[in-house]
This record gives sequence, structure tokens and C-alpha cells, in this order.
Amino acid sequence: MDDLRPDAIPESSGSTSQQIVGESIERGFLGSSSEIALAAVETGPEGEASRKKLSIGAWLAIGWMGFIILIAVLAKTGIFTWGDPNESFVSCARRGPFSKEGTAANFILGCDSNGRDMLARLALGTWTSLYVAVGAILVGFSIGGLLGIISGYFGGKTDTFLTGLFNILLSVPGVVLALALVAFLQGSAETASKSSISPEVILIIAIGIVGIPLVGRIARASALSWTQREFVLAARSQGAKHRRVIIKEILPNVLPAILSISLLGIAIAIVAEGTLAILGVGVRPPTPSWGNIIAADRGNLFTSPHIVFEASLMIFLTVLSLNMLGDVVRARFDVREGLL
Amino acid sequence: MELTKLIARRAVQLVIVLLFVSFFTFLLVRLLPGDPTDIIIPFGTEAKKAQLRADLGLGQPLYQQYIDYLGNILQGNLGRQYSSGRPVSELVAQSLPVSIQLMIYAQLIALLFALPLGIWAAYRAGSRSDAAINTTGFALLALPNFVVALVLSYFIGARLKWLPTGGYAPGWLDPIFDGTRSTDIGGHFNYMLLPAITLALGQIAIYMRLLRSDMIATLKENFISMARAKGISNLRILWRHALRPSSLTLLTVVGLNVGALIGGAIVVEVIFGIPGMGQKITLAIFSREYIELQGYVLVVAVLFILVNFFVDFLYTILDPRIRRGRSAT
Repeated sequence: MDDLRPDAIPESSGSTSQQIVGESIERGFLGSSSEIALAAVETGPEGEASRKKLSIGAWLAIGWMGFIILIAVLAKTGIFTWGDPNESFVSCARRGPFSKEGTAANFILGCDSNGRDMLARLALGTWTSLYVAVGAILVGFSIGGLLGIISGYFGGKTDTFLTGLFNILLSVPGVVLALALVAFLQGSAETASKSSISPEVILIIAIGIVGIPLVGRIARASALSWTQREFVLAARSQGAKHRRVIIKEILPNVLPAILSISLLGIAIAIVAEGTLAILGVGVRPPTPSWGNIIAADRGNLFTSPHIVFEASLMIFLTVLSLNMLGDVVRARFDVREGLL
Repeated sequence: MELTKLIARRAVQLVIVLLFVSFFTFLLVRLLPGDPTDIIIPFGTEAKKAQLRADLGLGQPLYQQYIDYLGNILQGNLGRQYSSGRPVSELVAQSLPVSIQLMIYAQLIALLFALPLGIWAAYRAGSRSDAAINTTGFALLALPNFVVALVLSYFIGARLKWLPTGGYAPGWLDPIFDGTRSTDIGGHFNYMLLPAITLALGQIAIYMRLLRSDMIATLKENFISMARAKGISNLRILWRHALRPSSLTLLTVVGLNVGALIGGAIVVEVIFGIPGMGQKITLAIFSREYIELQGYVLVVAVLFILVNFFVDFLYTILDPRIRRGRSAT
């Protein structure tokens, strides 16, 4: 079963590029497209950037993230709002910056097909989308990270079992798995007749579960390499229990590897939220999210494109910023080195 | 003998993984809360429910159920869609070729653009054109499939009216899977072009970046200097000498995508109204056709595993370095 291990590459295998080849082939036995996307972001030229000053792009990305987080918090807490996101203005319905008659006065970004102010909806939608994405990452990273560390630390049968579990989860396309999970969780929530679980939480759980094997494999590879180090042996020989070794010795070393991909993970989760919304299992309608703004007015794309495009632009800029910052963080932590 | 041993070991692994996956899809229906028949056919008559129970073998012990399920799969029996009574295998035969064709076109378009761009970016690494290619690639990576799909269908479909924004006509692969279908190649490409471009765009960025970073490493190797010293033209060096050793990672990832896109291209299929596996999966989930869903998930997962096995295995044969590395462990 050693061949299923991403680290089964002999150490003598020459140049780094060859190690990367080997690594991706080993991983490739069962991988997933989002993992590929991660890899592609990681191998960019920015990845080679040293610990020099941040580029203008990175500063812009930080600025954008700060900006949308501010908007999201303001819109959610109601400290400063841009109007009621659920109030309809008939005169403004379907009119936007691109429509022939122009947008209605006082509505810079126009309105959706129900005449609701796009500015207010996008602002609150920012909160929903970020909340779901960050929540999903917390779920996926804590469970996936824990399982990965356990798998890498204990090895043997535990490792075989958990790696097998990750591989099975990875053999189903992520979207299919998330979609099935949402449908299943919603169904169970309904039959259990305690509808206390909000659709957002269901989304968080579903997207989080899809992330478990991805994070799990990274955490496992990292834990495996740290477990073989002398200080772990030293801790063990001093009589430290497994739990203590994992928490005090392994976790602090694995954490950078996991955290450095968390920004990229949030980007993937934002896209996942949008995808699920378009497939019809997103956040329930009155609550706006970037995804369900697009989903609701996808049918009006040809007549009033501004609704879909404005929300798309938010997603694009946010994902772009997160990718960029993810690259910077990864370069600082130098995760690839840690992984091998 | 070294190779045959390796093949045997890989084959055993493959069988184990396949068994696990089939067990996973098997559990999918059995894990439904309460009586599965109430969820699969909530308004069905008692007779229909009894038949479903018999089909699923619900009275029997779990291991017996699984063995029966495996037996059925091996005979190509994936159960039935309960609203229509049609066999799931028939539905797969209709939707699978659609997804496979879409995947092939997407990969071809992606490689068509990614290869020259990646090679050029590596050759001119650090130059302005490299930076431009990379920035574009980075931006493309941040564009979700559904955004590309909507933007393309608005501008190319609705504004320029060059291509249709939804629908499907059977192509060259459909009649092979389902004899009752005829072929309409012209219409087929008309419908498939936009979705294929949509899927390709994101992958161009990925492929290009992977190829670029591997290519830069290859171009530093001694045999490239040797080729230069011999006076071979740059174009020939790049395409004939440097591309092959640099393309291992790229081809692995292409292989992965080939597997992932069958059934994984859901959003694109839904937005462009293409009746492939992805769309069928969505419909099955919404109409709570769990048996049908089980069949699709199984087919998609098994294909994904087989494609990956094949790609992985191809490398073991093609690249002696990997082969040696493998057998050493």
C-alpha cells in the first residue's frame, strides 16, 4: 500500500522539479480538480518570489479584502446600511448601469428583477458568502487537519484506513459530493422535523466535508515528515503521551502548511457556494448571497445583465485577491519545502 | 518481471479501491433515514414499494445485500429510475457520451492554447510577454466556471448571436452508445463550442502554469545547452527536445481532468442545457431518484478511478525514473 503515499518518492530523486513531478504523480492516482487548481496557483512565478516587500498587487488584494470585510460587517450589524436589501422599488426593477434607460436615481448599481437595491443586496450577500466560505474552511480544516495528523502520526492500519477514506471521497467529483450532501442533509433535517439547522449551516457542513480529504492529505504528508524527526522521538522517550506529542510537537509544525492554503481554500469555498446556488441548493432566497443573486436572475441575463455581472465581479475580485494573498503567504511559509 | 510485479500490485490496488467505492455507493441508499422506500417512492403504491424492497433485497442481511448489489453491477444492472421504470444503464448510455465528448473538446481546446503559451512563457521567462501571459493566467484562475459560462453566453451568444446558448444535438459518440440516436455533427459542434470553451478557459491557465514551471527547469539542463551548441533552431529545441521531458506533470493533470470532468462539469452542463452526466445527476438529486443517483455516482467514480489508474500506469511504463523509484519502495 506504500504506493498510495504521496511521500513514497525516494529522497535521492535529484532536482526539485522531478520531485514535484513524482509527487504529483503519486498524488495523481486519486486527486481532484480543486487540488490541481491549488497546485497551479502554487507553481506560479509568484511562488518563487522571495520574502521581499509585498508587490502592488498584494497590497491591492489586501485592500480589497479589507474593503469587503468592512462592508460585510457593516451590512450585517446594521451600523451602516445601504438600505433594506429586501425592499422592492417598482420603478427601479431590472434597471441597471448597462440598461438603455440607465439606472434609476439613487441606485448606483441598479436593482434586481424584483426591484431590490443591488448595492444593499451585494453588501449583505458579501456577509453571507464570506460566512459560508470561512465556516466551511473551519469545518474542513479542523476535521481534515486532525484526521490527517492522526493518519500521518500513527501510520500503519490507521493510516491505510484514513488514506483509503480520503481517496474514496476524492473519487467522486467535488461538486457531485457537495450537491448530494446538501440534498441528503436537507432531507434529513426535514424528516427529523427540527428545522433548526439553517441552510447556511448545511452548506457549511457540505462544503466542509468536501474539503476534508484535500486538507487531510496535506496535513498527513506534513505530519508524516515531522513524526520522523528527532525531537518527536525525544518527546516520546521522555514518556510523553501520544496526545501531548501531537498537540505540543506535531501540530505547531503542521499548522503553517495547513494555514498557508487556507486562503486558497476560502477562495474555492466561495466558488463552491456560487456553484451550489446555481444548481439550486444554495442559501434560501430572501437572504442574499453572491451565488444566489446570480442564481435568481440567471434567467434575466440577456435583458438585464448587470445583476449577474455585478455579483460575478464581486466573486472574481475576491477570488483573485485570495489567490494572490494565498501565494504570498505560501511563499513566506515555504510550505513546499516543509512538505518534502 | 519487475514490471509485471508492479502491474499485479497496481491491479490489486485498483480492485480494492473499486470495491470500496462500490460499497460507498451501496451505502448511499441504505443510509437514508427510515424506510428507504418511503423516501425513494413516497407516493408509490404498496405493491410498488414491495417490489422496490425486493429489488433492494432489504429483508436480507447487509452483506448479502452488498453481494447482490455487486452481482447486479457486474451484469450491467444499475437498477431503475422509479418515476419512469427505465433502467439506469439506459440513461447512462444516453448521457455518458455527451459528457465524454464535451470533456474531449475542452481538453483539446485547452491544450491547443496552453502548449504554445506555456512554452513561450518559459522560453521568454522574465520578459514582458511572460508577465502578460502569467497575469492573464492568474486572472483566468480566479474566474469560476459559471461566471465564464454566463459571460460567454451573454456576449457571444446573446449580443453577437454567433453561437446558441443552450441545447444539444447528438455527435459522433452518441450513436455508438445508444443505437437509436442519429448524428448531427454541424449542430453538435454549434451547441458544444461555448461550453467547451468555458471549461477550457480555466484549464488553459492551469496547464500553462504547470508547463511553464517545468519547462523552465528543463531549459536549464545540459542537454539543452548541448542542442544549442549543435546549432539546432530554437523552435526545434523547444518543441522536440524540451517539451517531452517537461510534460510529465502536465499530462498527469490532464489525465486527472479527463476523469474529473465526466460528471464534474455539472454547472456548465446545467447553464448550457447539455444533457450530460452532470445535468442528469442534478435532476436525480432534485427528484430524489436515489437509485438513479447511486448508478451515476458509481459510473462517474469508477471512470475517474480507471482513468487515473491508466494515466498513473502509463507513466510507470513511460518514465524509467518513476518505475525505479516505485519498485525501490
